[in-house]
Amino acid sequence: MRFAFTDDQLAFADAVRELLADQCDAARVRAAWDGDGRVPGLWDRLAEMGVLGMLAPEGTGGLGMADVDLVAILAEGGRAAIPDPLAATAAVAVPTIRDHAQSDDAERWLAEISAGTARVGVGLSGNVGVLHAADAAIFLLEADDGLHLVDADVVELQPLDSVDGARRLSAVTWTPSAATRLPSAELAASQARDRAAVATAAELCGLADTMLAMTVAYVSERRQFGVPIGSFQAVKHQLADALVELEFAKPLVWRAALSRSTGDPSASMHASMAKAAASDAAHTVGLAALQCHGAIGYTVECDLHLWLKRSWALRAQDGDAAAHRRLVEAALLG
Amino acid sequence: MRRLHAYLTGRQNLRVDLTWTPEQDAFRDECRTWLQRNVPSEPLPSGDTREGFARHLDWERQLFADRWAVVSWPEAYGGRDASLWEWLIFEEEYYRAGAPQRVTQNGIFLLAPTIFEFGTRTQQDYYLPRMAAAEDLWCQGWSEPNAGSDLASLTSKAVRDEAAGGWRLSGQKTWTTRGAFCTHLFGLFRTDPDSVRHHGLTYFMVPLETEGVTVRGFGRLDGDEGFAEVFFDEAFVSDDLILGAVGSGWSVAMATTSSERGLTLRSPGRFQATAARLVRLVRDRGLDTADPSTREAIVRAWMAAEAYSLYTLADVSGMVEGRSPGFRSSLNKIFWSELDVDLHTAALAVLGGEGELETIGGTENPWLKGYQFSLSGPIYAGTNEIQRNIIAERVLGLPRK
Repeated sequence: MRFAFTDDQLAFADAVRELLADQCDAARVRAAWDGDGRVPGLWDRLAEMGVLGMLAPEGTGGLGMADVDLVAILAEGGRAAIPDPLAATAAVAVPTIRDHAQSDDAERWLAEISAGTARVGVGLSGNVGVLHAADAAIFLLEADDGLHLVDADVVELQPLDSVDGARRLSAVTWTPSAATRLPSAELAASQARDRAAVATAAELCGLADTMLAMTVAYVSERRQFGVPIGSFQAVKHQLADALVELEFAKPLVWRAALSRSTGDPSASMHASMAKAAASDAAHTVGLAALQCHGAIGYTVECDLHLWLKRSWALRAQDGDAAAHRRLVEAALLG
Repeated sequence: MRRLHAYLTGRQNLRVDLTWTPEQDAFRDECRTWLQRNVPSEPLPSGDTREGFARHLDWERQLFADRWAVVSWPEAYGGRDASLWEWLIFEEEYYRAGAPQRVTQNGIFLLAPTIFEFGTRTQQDYYLPRMAAAEDLWCQGWSEPNAGSDLASLTSKAVRDEAAGGWRLSGQKTWTTRGAFCTHLFGLFRTDPDSVRHHGLTYFMVPLETEGVTVRGFGRLDGDEGFAEVFFDEAFVSDDLILGAVGSGWSVAMATTSSERGLTLRSPGRFQATAARLVRLVRDRGLDTADPSTREAIVRAWMAAEAYSLYTLADVSGMVEGRSPGFRSSLNKIFWSELDVDLHTAALAVLGGEGELETIGGTENPWLKGYQFSLSGPIYAGTNEIQRNIIAERVLGLPRK
């Protein structure tokens, strides 16, 4: 029994945190709204570090690691509000292709995705669009009969406008066929949905960490009635409650990643618990953050909205809290 | 750009692991077997009544006789030298078995850690075994009529009696849980009359039979005589009843209150057992009897019990590697106390109109009692408002003024 990250896992997360603090600060996230929804150069650096292919086998340029080794890094991605599709690529596409694609092309795709030279779009059912679909050379798309691996040249894209201007989303139209269907397509789809839920939950935890930190900094500086507004209990108690909800969501997220790694039979239920708790916590933290920033937070000049709008999108993505609670309810109460 | 491999520490002995060792599983089996054989088949009457308290003492002495009363203590004091992990396992099994409430808990879980930390060897050797054996029964004397959340404003005083080699206590403590049934009280008294706030306080351990001490029990919200007020009228206590140094009572007491807020008093097994009983309750009564919003409340509360358990496992993982949770124990206190309310609220919703009945079908309705008790959680052990202040100031670092 040891429910704590290993020194190695913490070292990886710290390394990624340093990279993102340096290369993906708020100004660059903001610039991604006006640009192509990516931070220039960042994807290559994540590939060079091995983050993209962390879960790919070592023979295909990956690091051969497990979901639980990656989850703290995904939270770092959320902390930085990274606009690039880190979670969909590293936490969903790579292990799905690794476990379920059996064609000769699979190894090539893993190698190219890990190296950052090929990009992948992930379209799971229930989600409104595919992130960065225009860049993708290959897609994992879910149909009624499970998951398909689809070439980019047979899909049609229709750009969508997200409230988060850094999210480049497209609706993807395509025709499923036996040729595109993965061998165990239904299992692949359910595992991919679970992985996506956990990865998004981890990102939400990171987003919430930053929103809370921004707010603590702000209310410690901002003075009204001659004192920092952070000295008022009305402010303190909101932020304390937000922290409690967030800190008790995190262990559910880490556990869900571990359960996927170890093949725990309850892994799917654990994924739902993680996404429900992280979505709710990000909601609580986001509301408290905005309220405690006051009118200054209700402007596009304040960086808070970059994180807040991402959290709105990710709360709904990969199943919202209510949907996941219903899944837990079905498992628990029948 | 360095590959992540370059960051590998080489310390492969660590891993994330939510499984127990064979030795821990064996310990669990031993706990479970003993509890199966010994837990009373009929629930005991409430330990917060005079009759129920006496029945619970028999149970406490049975626990002690087979060395289950204080598993984490040294064997010399009646324990098993159990690790924190084993303690968690014991608690899980204890509550899973539906074993009686621990009427000795204020001594064992609140005073004892303080005696271990601040007591002299003589005090440890004398008090700890008697506490484990439920010979001395301890209640806590923090609150006063005008010092609740603002504990540092307490005015009960201790005046030096040099000739007699001790102190004379005067003042009043109140809301003292099971005070009318206990034999001893630990609490804070002001030894420096010129001191203010948390200065000049001293931690005393007082036999309630001392001349000048009067105890009056009174009813709690749940109807049991679980509270008492304790009056001190120049009651004499000798120097050897002081825990820690004269004047350092505040820091000694704070060590105890963080035990109460954090891990030791409220282990996750307690809430997991309640959550499991809640799921059984709704299944037994037929799922169609539960409104969708009630079902959602059950799922939320059950998930929160899971979250509390995992959070605690993370806490303990840190503790065994030397990382103290410190002020983060205030997060635990808010979470478990609200979780307990939510679990019982959901259960009463399942019971519907029957929820108000003290007995259902001839047996006591445990959810009604549990609900009323759960409502005290956000109040005792430092109100949740005080905890929010601590979190805001000590964990988040917000300005005090």
